[in-house]
Amino acid sequence: MVLPADLKDGFRDARDAEDADDLRIDDLDEDGSEPDEDFEPAGAIVPASSIAGRALFFVLAIMSFLACITVGAVAVIASASADWRSDISAEITVQVRPLEGLDVTAAVTEALDIIRSMPGVTGAGALSDQELRDLLEPWLGAGVDLDELPVPRLIVVEVDRSAPPDIGELRRRLSQSVPSASLDDHELWQGRLAVMANTLTISGSAILVLVLVATVLSVIFATRGAMASNRDIVEVLHLVGAKESFIAREFERHFLRLGFRGGLAGGLAALASFAAIRWSSSQFSATPAGDQFDALFGGLSIGWTAFAGIGLTVLLVAALTAMSSRLAVFRFLKVFD
Amino acid sequence: MIRFENVGLRYGMGPEVLRDVSFRIDRGSFQFLTGPSGAGKTSLMRLLFLALKPTRGLMSVFDHDVASLPRTDLPTLRRRIGVVFQDFRLLDHLTTYENVALPLRVIGKPETSYRTDVIELLHWVGLGDRVHVRPPVLSGGEKQRAAIARAVITQPEMLLADEPTGNVDPTLARRLLRLFMELHRLGTTVVIATHDIGLMDQYDARRFVLNEGRVHIYD
Repeated sequence: MVLPADLKDGFRDARDAEDADDLRIDDLDEDGSEPDEDFEPAGAIVPASSIAGRALFFVLAIMSFLACITVGAVAVIASASADWRSDISAEITVQVRPLEGLDVTAAVTEALDIIRSMPGVTGAGALSDQELRDLLEPWLGAGVDLDELPVPRLIVVEVDRSAPPDIGELRRRLSQSVPSASLDDHELWQGRLAVMANTLTISGSAILVLVLVATVLSVIFATRGAMASNRDIVEVLHLVGAKESFIAREFERHFLRLGFRGGLAGGLAALASFAAIRWSSSQFSATPAGDQFDALFGGLSIGWTAFAGIGLTVLLVAALTAMSSRLAVFRFLKVFD
Repeated sequence: MIRFENVGLRYGMGPEVLRDVSFRIDRGSFQFLTGPSGAGKTSLMRLLFLALKPTRGLMSVFDHDVASLPRTDLPTLRRRIGVVFQDFRLLDHLTTYENVALPLRVIGKPETSYRTDVIELLHWVGLGDRVHVRPPVLSGGEKQRAAIARAVITQPEMLLADEPTGNVDPTLARRLLRLFMELHRLGTTVVIATHDIGLMDQYDARRFVLNEGRVHIYD
């Protein structure tokens, strides 16, 4: 370096002057310019201990946990709803009502012929008398005589989901040949399920946004506190010519680490919660309540979308933490200047 | 290099602490800034190291009008100025080495490129055996020398020292003055704020005397 060398020469000159004794700086090491010290990595300019890390870590972990639970729940419900809709749309039902003077068996056979002749139908079968009796048993008791009651006959039609039949055309043909037949493609149910699933997804997204906003606000308050308690450091950095981006980076580094650790802790806690729910639901699998639960959510399967969602949420919490702290630092420095 | 024309400064809605201050500081010059306590020395120093902007008047630093200078340009100008504070402003959690190296670190130089220079400078100011020591265990004189080393490590064009001898005994004060004289001899513009008449009498230099916010210059 030019300066110390020049200064050193200049200073030696000064020491050679008549008042050299007075000029000698304490402990001046004339030959000690060869550095041989073992160096530790340079210490952090903003010490981690000066950031109120513990409290913020827990806040971030809780926020991340809530966000991950929301993401996981939305993913589970969305997946269950897609399964319901896909199961329902894979089948349509044809009902043949026993009208006065109508040979129901012949009408069912004719309807089956029409249905099977339609492209896109992969299979069709009428429920047998025994199956009908089983369906009615909870209401009418055992041993129902179907000939004495005007019980409609049901035909279950399986359709090819990739190339479904023309429902309108099928309905038209059936009404022409078998006037007492009616076709139900579950459109109403599907619509209701879609509305419910969308409502849940939107509600979950709204909760997620609120949680993330609360996270950002917590980080902003924490950053302001950290900046205020490290005011001396900021001032010195300013005076030695540090750019705002440098100062922001020094703070951001801590908050990014804190955000990642907090986010990860929350994410892992959410995964543990899902595992616990799954385990406890499996304990009730043989019970009527467990069966209902399985029927609704399909065994609460946490698919890869839920895992990806939780992973992304953890990263999002870390990124939001770093970004919020950076913005707060810039805002602080603007006022500081 | 530095030009003040009718510069005034007030804090908030308070009275003016500096009034109609006009002077020039030429490149490579040496001057003392003196005056009684409360006369505005520290405020003037804060203006000089760009920690404040004047509330009126023209102030130009390195031929840049400070009033029209964007905030983003301030760090670049500050890097051309070395500052020694009366209270040192060393960071207590960093070692002496890290404190002195701080100006180089903030400009993004890799540590390996300046390690030798910093250690050499520390040896030169007599802190060769205090490299890894943190400021709380340094004596007042050692802190002062560390602060000076930090101020000169980047070879600034201008060195500002606010009461640099305020915390040291007369012998060390004289040594530090000689150090500033050496820096001046090597081409650095030096401004020393002090109310130590004895110190000023040791070196024949221009004196800015501040009194009640106004500056009087004695060449």
